[in-house]
Amino acid sequence: MTLDLFIHQVFSGLASGGIYASVALALVMIYQATHHVNFAQGELAMFSTYIAWSLMQAGMPYWAAFFLTVAIAFVLGVVIERVIVRPVENAPILSVVIVFIGLLVIVNSLAGWIFSYTIKPFPSPFPAEPLFGNRYVSSHELGSMAITLVVLSILFVFFRFTPLGLAMRAAAQNPESSRLVGIRVGWMLALGWGLAGAIGAIAGVMVAPTVFLEPNMMSGILLYAFAAALVGGIDSPGGAVLGGFIVGVLENVVGAVLGTELKLTVALVLIVGVLVVRPSGLFGKVHVTRV
Amino acid sequence: MKPPSSLRSLPPEGAVRQQPGEAGSVAGSSVRKIGALALLIALACVLPFVVSNYRVFQFTLVLVYAIALLGLNMLTGYNGQISLGHGAFYAIGAYTAAILMDKFGVPYWLTLPIAGVVCAVVGFLFGLPALRLEGLYLSLATFALGVALPQILKYKGIEHWTGGAQGIVITKPEAPEWSGLSQDQWLYFVALAVMLLMFWLGWNLLRGRIGRAMVAIRDQPTAARAMGVDSAMVKSMTFGVSAMYTGVAGALGAIAIQFVAPDSFTIFLSISLVVGIVIGGLASISGAIWGALFIQFIPNVADEISKAAPWAIYGLFLIGFMYVMPTGVAGFIRIALARWRRRRVP
Repeated sequence: MTLDLFIHQVFSGLASGGIYASVALALVMIYQATHHVNFAQGELAMFSTYIAWSLMQAGMPYWAAFFLTVAIAFVLGVVIERVIVRPVENAPILSVVIVFIGLLVIVNSLAGWIFSYTIKPFPSPFPAEPLFGNRYVSSHELGSMAITLVVLSILFVFFRFTPLGLAMRAAAQNPESSRLVGIRVGWMLALGWGLAGAIGAIAGVMVAPTVFLEPNMMSGILLYAFAAALVGGIDSPGGAVLGGFIVGVLENVVGAVLGTELKLTVALVLIVGVLVVRPSGLFGKVHVTRV
Repeated sequence: MKPPSSLRSLPPEGAVRQQPGEAGSVAGSSVRKIGALALLIALACVLPFVVSNYRVFQFTLVLVYAIALLGLNMLTGYNGQISLGHGAFYAIGAYTAAILMDKFGVPYWLTLPIAGVVCAVVGFLFGLPALRLEGLYLSLATFALGVALPQILKYKGIEHWTGGAQGIVITKPEAPEWSGLSQDQWLYFVALAVMLLMFWLGWNLLRGRIGRAMVAIRDQPTAARAMGVDSAMVKSMTFGVSAMYTGVAGALGAIAIQFVAPDSFTIFLSISLVVGIVIGGLASISGAIWGALFIQFIPNVADEISKAAPWAIYGLFLIGFMYVMPTGVAGFIRIALARWRRRRVP
């Protein structure tokens, strides 16, 4: 592989890594709060992207549709937490996994039902020609990377410096004590779901121009996001972000060297490898089980 | 370094109550139960002569799915290890059969045990690292396997074996002269025989020492180890046996459908197997048959509404059953029968 091609692969790896980082972050947020892994995260993002598409079809300008979609995805996340996830909150792990799988299937088939399974192009808000005349990275890749970074910074500021962010962290870490100081833990979990939905929507809208819009567009991305979350440590938001970029670059470089058919296998190997060698990932807490 | 202990929560309530006794209830000691079983088998033998060839083909697939579901149920229902990627083992079984028949001219019946052995080995090997993954983490790893497999099957390096995205077409076995059966009917009886054999073996395995060890590991892993159950061995062995069942089913399915291609084995196949065991009944042998009937015939009915409808219905049933009937159809029948008996004996 020539150096040029390598640099190009690294850049597009970083661009898709930003998407994986976002979805992984959404997964980690839900995991931290409830110790559930949301298998339907990718499908919810896909559905939000369809909402954005319909809004644009209805004549709405790109950025208006973008922000409206994010808001709708937020509400959707809250509603799903309240209606579907809440009843199984303390159920055995098998029931929870099955409910999430059920959700995945329902959202996927609803999208197919409403919007059909035909592949649709999705517009990018960024110019078609590369910025600054560079040869390595398209402006969509650069733009989506920038948006991902903005979203991540906003989240960091929100969780680090606002009372609501603090309350949400408290509710996730220690529900009992949080309840005692007057935090409404149930609503904090729902808010977490809402935020996860919104982040997923942004990721979906950003990735749709490259993978095209169709009901199964997120299944591979969800897998990379799982790998990213596990590499970084499934209870570490910062780790998930770094993991996203690592997975993105790895996937692209390996795909270029060994053939694109093995891209998903990279995720599989990473997932199994991390779980076997170091289940806590790079930055996750090491759990010790008392017998 | 283990995943948090809170992940190791109890399986569904119905599954806890589920003991090897259920296995006994399929063909328990009472004469009446044996009679009922014989009647069912007799009905299954008459079936292919009273319905059309296409229906016979569909019922063959029901038998195939029943074997796969029993395999998955051993792992997930009895042993509590969640697999969301069992479609991968089904695919490996199917491809083993197809490659053996297509490239080596192996007779179809011989491909079944070979596919079983291949899948048992692969499953055992996958089960070894999976031992360290509890609950949620195993479901993640198997989900990844299920999603990645169709791509692996398309890999250029193995294209001359797998036929790449095109897949492999295999010829349907002819019924022997003496039987006087059509191809579909013959295949149905082959599937029925295999299924009865596999269920008999499974029933023996699950009600015995190993079956109890599997349930013990699911419900009380620490206590089971303290009692001397070799947890690691039983878990990876269960994974192997489960994969073997699913692999044999895959091989049978490939022969019945006469075609394998990567896109028939997406993650949705794995999910429909999960749907099957949840609807049929977790940790129940007879549940495998109910689940198989469900995943075979509900899509046929629902397809008329929309292409997406079967999956919407699957999803609704999955969530609905988890909320209101976690023991599945088998559990429901068990409860209904128990009530009925209580009413008859005042």
